[in-house]
Amino acid sequence: MGKFLARRLLNYVVLIFLATSFAYLLAATNLQPRVYFEQMQPPPAPEVVNAQLDTLNLNDQTPLAERYVTWLKGAVTGDFGKNIQGGDVSSQMWMKAGVTLRLITVATILGSALGIAIGAYAAVRQYRAFDKAATGASFFVLSIPTVVIAIVIQVIAVAINDGLGFTFLKYVGEYSAGFQGNAWELLLNRIHHAILPTLVLSLALFAAFARYQRNMMLDVLGSDFVRTAMAKGLTRRRALFKHALRTALIPTITYFTFTFGALVSGSTFTEKIYGWHGMGAWLIDSISQQDVHVVAAVSWFMAVTIMAASFLSDILYAWLDPRVRV
Amino acid sequence: MSTVTETTPDVPTAPPAPNRMKDIARQLIETRRVIVGIVILVLLTLFAFLGPVISSWGVGERDYTALLEGLSPDHWFGTNRTGQDIFTQTTAGLQKSLLIGLLVALISTAMAAVIGAFAGYFGGFTDKALTWIADLALVLPNFVILAILSRHFVGNGGWLILVILLAVFSWMVTSKMVRGLTISLREREYIHAARFMGVPPHKIIFRHILPNMSSLLIADATIMVSAAIIGETALSYFGLGVQSPDISLGVVIADGASFATTAPWVFIFPTVLLVLLVLAVNMIGDGLRDALDPAAKSRRS
Amino acid sequence: MSTETIVETESTNNDDMARTPVLEITDLTVTFPGMNNNPDVKAVRGVSYAVHSGEVLGIVGESGSGKSVSSMAAMGLLPEHAEITGSVLLHGEEILGKKDTEMARKRGKVISMVFQDPLSGLTPVYTVGDQLAEAFLVHNPKAGKVKAHDRAVELLSLVGIPNPEARYRSFPHEFSGGMRQRVMIAMAMANNPDVIICDEPTTALDVTIQAQILDLLRTAQRETGAAIVMITHDLGVVAGFVDRLLVMYAGRPVEIGSVDEIYYGSRMPYTMGLLGAVPRMDLEDQGALVPIKGNPPSLTDLPSGCPFAPRCPIVRPECEESEPELLTIGARASETEGDQDENTDAQRVACIRSAEIEANGWNAQDIYPVPEIPELEKATGDRESLPEVLRVQDLIKHHPLMKGAVFRRRVGTVSAVDGIDFDIREGETLALVGESGCGKSSTLMEVMSLDRPQRGSVEVMGREVGTLSRSEKFGLRRDMQIVFQDPMSSLDPRMPVFDIIAEPLRTHKVAAREVTERVYELISLVGLNIEHATRFPAEFSGGQRQRIGIARALALEPKLLVLDEPVSALDVSIQAGVINLLEELQAKLGLAYLFVAHDLSVVRHIADRVAVMYLGKIVEIGDTKSIYTQPSHPYTQALLSAIPVPDPERERTRTHIVLEGDLPSPANPPSGCSFRTRCQKFITLSESDQEQCMSVEPTIQPTNGGDQGSACHFAERRSDLV
Repeated sequence: MGKFLARRLLNYVVLIFLATSFAYLLAATNLQPRVYFEQMQPPPAPEVVNAQLDTLNLNDQTPLAERYVTWLKGAVTGDFGKNIQGGDVSSQMWMKAGVTLRLITVATILGSALGIAIGAYAAVRQYRAFDKAATGASFFVLSIPTVVIAIVIQVIAVAINDGLGFTFLKYVGEYSAGFQGNAWELLLNRIHHAILPTLVLSLALFAAFARYQRNMMLDVLGSDFVRTAMAKGLTRRRALFKHALRTALIPTITYFTFTFGALVSGSTFTEKIYGWHGMGAWLIDSISQQDVHVVAAVSWFMAVTIMAASFLSDILYAWLDPRVRV
Repeated sequence: MSTVTETTPDVPTAPPAPNRMKDIARQLIETRRVIVGIVILVLLTLFAFLGPVISSWGVGERDYTALLEGLSPDHWFGTNRTGQDIFTQTTAGLQKSLLIGLLVALISTAMAAVIGAFAGYFGGFTDKALTWIADLALVLPNFVILAILSRHFVGNGGWLILVILLAVFSWMVTSKMVRGLTISLREREYIHAARFMGVPPHKIIFRHILPNMSSLLIADATIMVSAAIIGETALSYFGLGVQSPDISLGVVIADGASFATTAPWVFIFPTVLLVLLVLAVNMIGDGLRDALDPAAKSRRS
Repeated sequence: MSTETIVETESTNNDDMARTPVLEITDLTVTFPGMNNNPDVKAVRGVSYAVHSGEVLGIVGESGSGKSVSSMAAMGLLPEHAEITGSVLLHGEEILGKKDTEMARKRGKVISMVFQDPLSGLTPVYTVGDQLAEAFLVHNPKAGKVKAHDRAVELLSLVGIPNPEARYRSFPHEFSGGMRQRVMIAMAMANNPDVIICDEPTTALDVTIQAQILDLLRTAQRETGAAIVMITHDLGVVAGFVDRLLVMYAGRPVEIGSVDEIYYGSRMPYTMGLLGAVPRMDLEDQGALVPIKGNPPSLTDLPSGCPFAPRCPIVRPECEESEPELLTIGARASETEGDQDENTDAQRVACIRSAEIEANGWNAQDIYPVPEIPELEKATGDRESLPEVLRVQDLIKHHPLMKGAVFRRRVGTVSAVDGIDFDIREGETLALVGESGCGKSSTLMEVMSLDRPQRGSVEVMGREVGTLSRSEKFGLRRDMQIVFQDPMSSLDPRMPVFDIIAEPLRTHKVAAREVTERVYELISLVGLNIEHATRFPAEFSGGQRQRIGIARALALEPKLLVLDEPVSALDVSIQAGVINLLEELQAKLGLAYLFVAHDLSVVRHIADRVAVMYLGKIVEIGDTKSIYTQPSHPYTQALLSAIPVPDPERERTRTHIVLEGDLPSPANPPSGCSFRTRCQKFITLSESDQEQCMSVEPTIQPTNGGDQGSACHFAERRSDLV
């Protein structure tokens, strides 16, 4: 068991290393930090630019291998270098990660809980009105790109605000800039800002989970063990709840973990559109600013979350399902 | 009945020509969703290819006399802030989005089928190596790579590079599914039978294994079409997808997003078309899966 | 429609409890309405029966005869969309149409059920004990968890689960099939019900385990005094177990009576055919089996008259006019009014010619055309002089034992095949028999793969396969072909029959014109029609598919045909036809068969020689007659004795040797003789003899100077077993 885990973790480390290195090399060869400095107003002298680039380890006149080794030496110790403005990438990364995690944690819990409940109930009521409505709704939502959902909800918010004559729904930023108040008021202000982006994310998640849970539930509905439970004297409802749902939840919970990992990059659009400074938004900005080290750091973070999520979902699966448990 | 008939009746000399697709086609026609989806898709395709032709404006052409103007006889869907005709832009964009979706789905499904089937059938080292490659492709920050390489999408045929990159990053999940299916199919008795009569492995894969999951592959490819269209839209929203002079629905929507409240026509027309397109494709894919996948069918019984 | 109606149930209920049946079903029909323009499925069309306390009623029928559906209806377990009419009285109380909450109070308390498949019958995520305790708790909610736990442990020990206190915490997947079925029975017994419905309770189990479970069911009946409804397709299982028997066909009862009446005096051609189609393990020379032509009718499109008419050998035009009712022999529909009460227990038959059959004393052989199977000209006596088709020496197949689906890792080695020797001569049939997990299928796969074995050697047509080049192996494949067990999965569902049969020919580069000719020749050889060539496997019944599989195997004119349980997935009436076909082909084409089976009755019918396997080893080998009449290895003896024979009188007088426990894990076989842990002889031996069994692995030694040999230190031939 221990040896097995160690081997698997080693494999993950290798994959993460390769993915991050690949991202770094790609960014280092394709982005042009030099251009970023040359376009400054007033244009700095070439020597100044070179000196700047050298201190940041971004000079394209230094051989790529040399830059890579320098970067790598830092990266293995947890230092992802400086961003193009000279700030420390690592410390910024944890801040941005915090923003993203706050956003997606609530959204996934909300969306999946609702989706699971509705999906499971739809399966029990297969072909009835509820099932048809739920299936139709989730199908429709899944056909709309998140970007469009985000924009449409923003448009609706603007319309509502205009109609009411005051800012009922906040749709820009994480909190009001320059907001003054005690911790309680600040929290309220943050929640107020979080409503819409959370709604956007959980809407898409709800649809995915409802469909997934419905299928999983339908798979076990006709199972022999549900029949056995009823033969023992359980009512259909209780047999479904206690035996079928419990079994059908196992794949969904692992799916949940996996979704959570994928959402770190998936929330990019919502962050960007609603002006949240999370990981995704950071990445988009850094690409337009030719910021090689930020790109590499974000890639590392995303690879880690994906691996962690898939590892966690395996562990959860083994823990929840005695057939897989060792 | 079991007595062996000694007299061989008139033995035909030519092999019969059975029709495999007959059955599938009949099932499809019975699935209403698929029909609705196909009708919408055909209409959209016609619209996409006829639109730019019947429009009096060229793609990207600007009418400086009509900046951000609403619907008019000159501009059926209005114009955007640079005076481009929304009808022309939207239909041309639809055309490209359709092509991107179809090509990505085709390439990635083919990759998924071949890689998954070989990994599953051969097992051992082949399996380990191919699975590892799939894992690596899953971990690679595809968004980062696409974003960084987006400047290569510029120019003639540049969008094809986008297509290939999108395909390269979307085969993994399907290939894992194909692999799993192959592993279970491999133990089917007809596969054993083929092996025991001396059929070489690659022939077994292409003759017995892949055809037997074709329904699933087709259904999955359809879903991939919509996933690719959505993916491209998302990239284009940040200006990282199709690059000018090419145009896709994503580009048009991104252009119009900031005017969604002030000049709704700039946003509504391309968005509605996009949603309609994805919905139609999803309906076909979902219906196909239900009609063809025995597992899904058992759920329906 | 059907006749049985006991009218005075209410009045008799109080003063004469014994006369009131515990469960009485009258005129039950179940229809599954077709969705999306599909026709309705009429699964049950008028079933009536009654069981009294302490009585055992058997219901036999082939797949699709509606035997299970009718009892599921009685339990209220059918899906909501099923349309049920008729009446189900439980202790005289109508329970059909009761609400689910009311039915739930009856289920498991008054009426309980044991299902066929113990593999999927238990919820995988709860412990066995908790599921058992739940059965008790749901009807005794006030008893509390502790009491439920104690009851569960008590039940576990009652059904013979060793170490019940510890096993309470096991999950279903940690139990063997036999143990799971024990748990299911414990569950059914939990609240001392009045009726237990057993739906094919032993079908998924091996014979020695089947014997244990049947024993247990007898115990359960004794303990609870319940009435038992035993549903099965196996005419052997019911022969010694039930009092009365109901035969179903196409959703209707076609004959009912006491076991002896049905077995020795059936007056319904279907029942007669069914009994004639069963291969008998206890008969030395049974002759050709009685095949029933055709297939059971589709439940969506039934013929207007007697549903059996299209397959009946003595069909008359009147048979197709209307469906015959279930009447006493010779009675006519019009005469039946009123006088039913006295006659409820008499044999009744749904056939208009029953009186005629009775009068003439016909049996199956008289009314069914039995095919003449030409005897193969065998060089008498000396099989050594015949050319060898296959020789296996000291063959070994070990594979790694993996554990865990997520964290897969190797935890040991399974010795699937552990050093076996046998040979097959031209035109001969060798049967490899044994229970699941004994290594018979692994042996076969190892032979067919033509790979160099891990140890030992495989010689086909006198050529050692390990030394052959790739192209030589390819050529050798022409001489050996295989027919598989499952007619559902042995044919590529995407290929038309023509392409399926042509595949081996095309692979071996036969010219296109010849391919076409040969395929049509084969199609008629196995008894199919030329028009079938364009159809897909899904359009055929199991028996027909098995014929297609045989045609494919014969395409290259092999000398050795490997048959992997070729008839075990088929219904009895279909099975007989396939067995006859195989015998016929062997006689005609001089084929050698390597026949793998777990059904010893079929083997006795078809094999010349038998090799009995246990845990990867051959424990006894010899000619069929010696093995069946004078088995010398304790395992062979137990195996033969465990098989119920379809002969009630004989079955009642037989003593079954019931082996203890389950098959040990092949990853960790016992030392010395691997059978000693379950051996009925081992217990009777002296300590020093036992020591020998535990330390020395026995090898095959001749036991009667001739062909028979067995791997037992204390082999002793017995002839009192079948």
